[in-house]
Amino acid sequence: MRTNHMHLLYDQRDETVHKGVRDDKLSLKNCIECHASTKDNNVLGRADSFCEGCHRYEAVKIDCFECHSSKRASSFKRASSPLQKEH
Amino acid sequence: MLNQSPFQFKNRLFYALIAAGGLVVLMGMYAMHMMEQHGHIVTGMNNQIVWGIPHVFAIFLIVAASGVLNVSSIGSVFNKPAYKARAPLAGLLSIAMLAGGLAVLMLDLGRPDRIIVAATNYNLTSVFAWNVLLYSGMFAAVAVYLWTMMEKRMKPWSKPAGLVVFAWRFILTTGTGLIFAFLVARQAYGSALLPPMFIIISFAWGLAVFHIVQSAIYEWNNKTLDEYVQKRMRNLMGVFVIAALYFVVAYHMTNLYFARQAEFEHFILSSGGIYPILFWVGYGVLGNLLPLLLIYLPGLGSTRHVILASVLIILGGFALLYVLVIGGQAFPLSIFPGFEVNSSFGDGEIGLYQPSILEFLLGLGGVGIAFLITAVGIRVLDFVPHEIQKMQRNSE
Amino acid sequence: MSETNVQRRQFLKSSVGAAAVMIAPGMLLFDMANGKTEAVSSKVRWGMLIDTANCADGCDDCVTACNKENGLSGGLSPTDSQWIRKVELKDKHSGRELSLPMMCQHCENPPCVDVCPTGSSFKRADGIVLVDKHLCIGCRYCMMACPYKARSFVHEPLHDQVPDVPRGKGTVESCTMCVHRVDNGQQPACAEACPNKSILFGNLNDPDSDISRKIRSVASTEIRADLGLNTGIRYQGL
Repeated sequence: MRTNHMHLLYDQRDETVHKGVRDDKLSLKNCIECHASTKDNNVLGRADSFCEGCHRYEAVKIDCFECHSSKRASSFKRASSPLQKEH
Repeated sequence: MLNQSPFQFKNRLFYALIAAGGLVVLMGMYAMHMMEQHGHIVTGMNNQIVWGIPHVFAIFLIVAASGVLNVSSIGSVFNKPAYKARAPLAGLLSIAMLAGGLAVLMLDLGRPDRIIVAATNYNLTSVFAWNVLLYSGMFAAVAVYLWTMMEKRMKPWSKPAGLVVFAWRFILTTGTGLIFAFLVARQAYGSALLPPMFIIISFAWGLAVFHIVQSAIYEWNNKTLDEYVQKRMRNLMGVFVIAALYFVVAYHMTNLYFARQAEFEHFILSSGGIYPILFWVGYGVLGNLLPLLLIYLPGLGSTRHVILASVLIILGGFALLYVLVIGGQAFPLSIFPGFEVNSSFGDGEIGLYQPSILEFLLGLGGVGIAFLITAVGIRVLDFVPHEIQKMQRNSE
Repeated sequence: MSETNVQRRQFLKSSVGAAAVMIAPGMLLFDMANGKTEAVSSKVRWGMLIDTANCADGCDDCVTACNKENGLSGGLSPTDSQWIRKVELKDKHSGRELSLPMMCQHCENPPCVDVCPTGSSFKRADGIVLVDKHLCIGCRYCMMACPYKARSFVHEPLHDQVPDVPRGKGTVESCTMCVHRVDNGQQPACAEACPNKSILFGNLNDPDSDISRKIRSVASTEIRADLGLNTGIRYQGL
């Protein structure tokens, strides 16, 4: 997986986005669910974070988390009060 | 003497020009860095005005890049010798401006790091996708064309190459016009008149740029352009300006006739603040009236006048593009005809746009790139027109 | 072969068979419980019918719900993303007033899909129009093309995205019809949140769905029907 995860991601994302196949086994959100750190519920942010650990060492920029949340979904709380609408 | 060209840049002048151009490009790169890091929030663009000053610069450069090749086409395709001598310079200018315009366009993308995605994923119903192919192919076509003109053995091929370039730039400029022509929803666009308008406008702008560059080269080498060539070229520029004006008038006249377009035209021509000012004064007076007077009035039409006319035509071109691109976005979409609308997203409201300095720096950076390519190209290769030199400067 | 071996063989066969029978339903249920494995198809076309008569002036529960569901800031500056907005209308001649929510109309012939250079803006088989952010280069041509001003551009770096709704700087986004909810058998957040039940969501291709029945019985229209886009969102009482 270490050598091939990028290929898995490149192909699987099209299956999900274009065809709506949301198999848990192959969902990024689900990978993060298990692999996020127990300390901060994140796959980024620490030198031993699941994704950042290797990517920092290899100096390969991760593009995914510009858009995707790197936080464990089950611990994520939606903001309950977005900015009040000014009327 | 290794260099056979009769015209040579003075060394100090050349390095000063390169330094100036380099500085402008560096400022453009600073703007690019700021936009890349912070996002488009540092520009004046927003969800109502999505294309701003960088697009005005980029479209001007790309359209002029196509139009400047007219000089070559008149030479290679229509066999006029005075123009044939100028064809390589026009080719260089075309490549230079295309590079500058495309650089601005690509750096204004939300994700310029994804150029590879743009180059490898094509939605063929999109004019933009076609343009990716057309613009890059244009580089190749012009490069081959330059080679046929500058390499002795390839000279017989310069006419077919010129023909390919001629056809290619027509398709390319049509593509640029179609970007707007295909937008059915906006009142400023969705008109089949736009592609031919862009083609004719490209002729005017391209020739204006060519005049300036040519005059600069002659001036800095203490040579004078032949009177006959001067007259032919400036008159041609005048014709192109009039033809472009014809298209703009036809566009507005048609719009004014449709009741549903009346409010939009009123905004552009009368009530829209900056837009009517730029249209009437910027495009009308500076871009058309004054240059035509400078070109055609008896007693005028000297080199100085032609340079001034060319500069004014270019300024008028920028004004026209600002009105077309930005004015067309500022006027709200007509989503609910017959209703007054109000919402949190600017429905029914005129879009406000205050360009930030970074956008100007990015656009000027593109001009700087074009300038550098031209200057270095002329210095290094044989682009300057070959013709009989006049040793004395005509007194003016 | 000896008698014992034959018996052994039969024992093995029957015990494997029994084990398979016991495990198989579990495996099937496991697959169903954990995410969809089938692609969506055009047998379904998702759409919404909005009853403007029941849309309360001054109420923006649908907007708040959308913002919360999708992690939008809720800000109203010209650079903030708005996937849905309330529009207040006043007929120029009669003075009649009404309000309605406006979002991506999920057209059948979407201009945004036609103009997207990379194919990032696309229409899914079930009619939902989406932006594939992996392909979006942020050229904003789709924003120029959309007749409904449905799309927003992300002008700044984003943090704290909702895990179900990836969004990022430099890409274009719009109402997804809560595709992550729809794929899970739920309704879009706006439809669920409307206190007057003015937003009816359903399958336009199913003649027996609530939305299809209602469209057959009451007058409804597309916004800018003259453009011929065949939108998936229809409005009643316009």
